[in-house]
Amino acid sequence: MTNPSTDGLDDGQRMGHAAQGAAPGSVRVIPDRMRSRFKRIVGSWEALLLLVGLMIFLLNAQASPYFLDPWNLSDATFNFTEKAMIAFAMALVIISGEIDLSVASIIALVSTSMGFAVQLGADTPVLIAVALVIGMLCGAFNGVLVALLGLPSIVVTIGTLSLFRGIAYIILGDKAYAGYPASFAWFGQGYVWWVITVELVLFMIIALFFYILLHRTSFGRAVFAIGNNPTAALFSGIRVPRVKFILFVLTGLLSAIAAICLTSRLGSTRPSIAVGWELEIVTMVVLGGVNILGGSGTIAGVLIAALVMGMVTFGLGLLNVPGIVMSIFVGLLLIGVIALPIVFRRLGNRRKAVVPG
Amino acid sequence: MIKHFTRFLLGTTIATGLVLSPAHAQDMRIALVVKALGIGFFEAAAKGAEEAAAELGGVEIIYTGPTDTTAEGQIEVINSLIAQKVDAIAVSANDQDALVPALKKAMDRGITVISWDSGVAPEGRQMHLNPSSNPLIGNMIIKMAADNLPDGGKVAVLSASATATNQNIWIEEMNKVVGNYPGIEVVATVYGDDLSDKSYREAQGLMSSHPDLKAIIAPTSVGIVAAAQAVSDAGKAGEINVTGLGLPSEMAAHVDSGASRSFAIWNPIDLGYAATMIAYNLAKGEASAEPGGAIGMGRLGSVTLDENREGAMADPFVYDASNINDFKDIF
Repeated sequence: MTNPSTDGLDDGQRMGHAAQGAAPGSVRVIPDRMRSRFKRIVGSWEALLLLVGLMIFLLNAQASPYFLDPWNLSDATFNFTEKAMIAFAMALVIISGEIDLSVASIIALVSTSMGFAVQLGADTPVLIAVALVIGMLCGAFNGVLVALLGLPSIVVTIGTLSLFRGIAYIILGDKAYAGYPASFAWFGQGYVWWVITVELVLFMIIALFFYILLHRTSFGRAVFAIGNNPTAALFSGIRVPRVKFILFVLTGLLSAIAAICLTSRLGSTRPSIAVGWELEIVTMVVLGGVNILGGSGTIAGVLIAALVMGMVTFGLGLLNVPGIVMSIFVGLLLIGVIALPIVFRRLGNRRKAVVPG
Repeated sequence: MIKHFTRFLLGTTIATGLVLSPAHAQDMRIALVVKALGIGFFEAAAKGAEEAAAELGGVEIIYTGPTDTTAEGQIEVINSLIAQKVDAIAVSANDQDALVPALKKAMDRGITVISWDSGVAPEGRQMHLNPSSNPLIGNMIIKMAADNLPDGGKVAVLSASATATNQNIWIEEMNKVVGNYPGIEVVATVYGDDLSDKSYREAQGLMSSHPDLKAIIAPTSVGIVAAAQAVSDAGKAGEINVTGLGLPSEMAAHVDSGASRSFAIWNPIDLGYAATMIAYNLAKGEASAEPGGAIGMGRLGSVTLDENREGAMADPFVYDASNINDFKDIF
């Protein structure tokens, strides 16, 4: 790329040329970006995913006469909103090069704590407070072990995955907590306006919050830096343990918010609540284009991935496709979306190698 | 790259769409929602539901359920059934409380909702169909012993634990009707705690302390297998009859060996059939689910509802050498 054509340049750079008044071609230009902004957006992961999402949407609408119904689409959002709330926080954790597999168990412990508080006569505001505090404590526990003691997060959170749910089982056994106050049902069963659910609005607010946090603040840049090279990040003055600790507390907090929504939607708590969700959440994050090894990813990608997964499960559900076929489909989608671009890039490179230039 | 990729996806998704086109227009669509797909018991219930649909005509059965036995998975399934505007949902619930909000929504949108096998709390369904009832089970376990003892004789009970609610109720109901079977004497009740080895030792103990014992009644699927094994091992197959409640898959060998002449458990095919018939009658408006009311179940007669709008389908179904081979692969 020593001699790029003009379309390889960014708009800003081209203007820079004009200001310098140098004759075109007489200066050697080293571009700061390999492709134009337009090409970058069109060729991006998010665009690809959006295309897949659009196709699935059209296909669903064609395959089932029940798909394009505002109430049905509204019901369908429950398939992903709670999981996606956690996925945003998980995306940051994974970008920083860590992982948190204890999220579903945090939901179980938070939900059990709320059920316990109900037995003691707590009302909705107290329940919310209990949930947020317990969620953040669980996150902080993970955070201390990973960030301060430097233990590998995969090991720590596999441990707390058993620990948190184990506590829920000790408290509840084979029983269930029910009898949540009527006002508590608003979070998981309420509507803000027409078909727009409370959960959907909450989900959008959380998406916006994480977009700003990751892409518009120095904290977000620190997260990327840590994921790319923790040592370099440390030497450039980023307080790595502190950032990681905050990320785990944030994940605990979002798990608590998801637990509030889910518990409210179910109207009851059992220790087996949300079992297996951690893998679906990680799937969502990876499908969203976040590098599982850390260092890159976007909130927009995770948002689109959540919509795609929600639409796939709902669309297949409308056709009464058995759940196991659905899991296979999501698995293939994941492998396909991850592998195909790599395969095509390899093929492209080979062709270039044969015919240079 | 994008172009290749797009073409590939378009091809596969359209192909999938063609394969998965929905099945077509019947007068009524009844969804049979089970705890999880791939369980023999529920596959058999689906068979019964299809039988009912064929008998009724114009009924499409949607047999569905989550991949594993979670309430969240069942709620996703129920939401998609609500979206399809099915006429009725008959569900065997993974969680009696968690499904209530989703099922209430279904009822709000005019869908008939019943539960069967594993129930939903009363506010989340119109009625619940139990496979059997405690008095029917109590009567059946002593009847099976008595039917093979025309001259009467001594029988003993091998139960689960002393605090097992179900077993205690069944034994209590059994003791109420023992008088109807002249010559039958219940000499002992022992507890194997639903552990194979303890149940086996308790059965051995019964045989040595009552040498003229004619039958062992074990109203627990663990106990009945252990007792049958103890009887065969003691060389008393054919002499002491082991009966009670068990699973055909686990009991087939003992029926073959003669250690057990018959035993009982609910018949999943009848259960799926009855649930479908009830859902159909309620959705058609030919019956209504209210305390004291009766709802038709086709060839199985009708079910009468108690104050919780629950009803019992029938006597437990008896399995013996004549039918065990048809059921041993099912559950």
